[in-house]
Amino acid sequence: MNKNLKVLINGVIKENPIFVLLLGMCPTLATTSSAINGMSMGLATMFVLICSNAVISMLKNVIPDMVRIPAFIVVIATFVTVIEMLMNAYVPALAESLGIFLPLIVVNCIVLGRAEAFAAKNSVISSIFDGVGMGLGFTFSLTLLGSVRELLGTGAIFSLKIFPEEYGSLLFVLAPGAFIALGYLISIFNTLQRKRQTNQ
Amino acid sequence: MFLSLSIICLTVAVLLAQVNKLTAEPIAAAKAMKLQNAIGDVVPEFDNNPIDEAYLMPDGRGDSLLVYPAKKGDEVVGFAVNSTAAGFGGNFQIMVGFDVNDKVVNYAVLQHAETPGLGSKMDVWFKDTTKPSQSIIDRNLSKGMLSVTNDGGTIDAITASTITSRAFLDAVNKAYSAYAQSNADADTGATKDESGKNSGNTESETDDENITIEVDELTEEEISNE
Repeated sequence: MNKNLKVLINGVIKENPIFVLLLGMCPTLATTSSAINGMSMGLATMFVLICSNAVISMLKNVIPDMVRIPAFIVVIATFVTVIEMLMNAYVPALAESLGIFLPLIVVNCIVLGRAEAFAAKNSVISSIFDGVGMGLGFTFSLTLLGSVRELLGTGAIFSLKIFPEEYGSLLFVLAPGAFIALGYLISIFNTLQRKRQTNQ
Repeated sequence: MFLSLSIICLTVAVLLAQVNKLTAEPIAAAKAMKLQNAIGDVVPEFDNNPIDEAYLMPDGRGDSLLVYPAKKGDEVVGFAVNSTAAGFGGNFQIMVGFDVNDKVVNYAVLQHAETPGLGSKMDVWFKDTTKPSQSIIDRNLSKGMLSVTNDGGTIDAITASTITSRAFLDAVNKAYSAYAQSNADADTGATKDESGKNSGNTESETDDENITIEVDELTEEEISNE
């Protein structure tokens, strides 16, 4: 159990997919124009990560080595299609605002990366924990980036007004703001990490 | 190797088919609901089903738009027109509602890809009745088409989004052209009923995505009829 907890925390902090591994940058930059968009993208990816990690870990002895990548992709694509259909059916407004990036979770390198690097070598239970950890790390990062961009761009977080919209800089809602905000967040995260390491 | 991959693919296909079957109905319902709400927002109160009675009307530029008649009892109270134009970020779709006296009742943005914070403001900008110089609500289009003040018109464009504003008013003007003919037909009671039946039948079984295809078919049909 202790080991599983370590795997979970590993995904959120030490190997945070966005701030440390810098994986899956495309949806990160594109969908974080607001906090709610970032969070729902993160949660959708987390769902796919947990399910695909679990299934791939279960099938790891059945899948021959030579066809493992196609097999992984089929499994991942299935879960992405499932969540896409579910979101279209029950939260159509959200599905619309995530747009093309929802089906593109299939090619998110975090999902395949974790399948290949972790799920294919570890037990089902710890693979699920890895999925949860990585998913939480991804969701946390996207929500944070979305909040920062929404706050600086429109003066609100989760549509809650903090300061009047006139003082916001539209730049942060647009593409360049995504790069600037992400760059600063990465540098802050790295500084904190380094401080923690020197303290230890 | 082939066997295990085939088995995986087969299982997955069955699973997807099941989920698809489960969600097909809610997805269709959500789409219909969105359209229904948009129509309800833009026309005076009605008690018929405008989606079933929709028909196509030429927009005066060689294309046709879908018109949804709103009726209370047997009397027509207004029309919702599904119009489109090329904005700054690609084509967008709006639903414009008119009453029977050439006035704009309201509009709703169905789908757009305009810049967030700039062009995307069109969903509220043109219906702000506290600012008469930018609102299109209650404007009577029989006195002339709408255009932005930069082009000598009477509507203030969205700040820093003139292209979007021009496209938006263009879509409203096209909707008016389609509306004007529908309204004239409704008064004389001419061709409307017939065309209403034609498109109504084919349409009740199709959803949003098929409408564009259907437009082409119908216009061809109409041309050959003439």
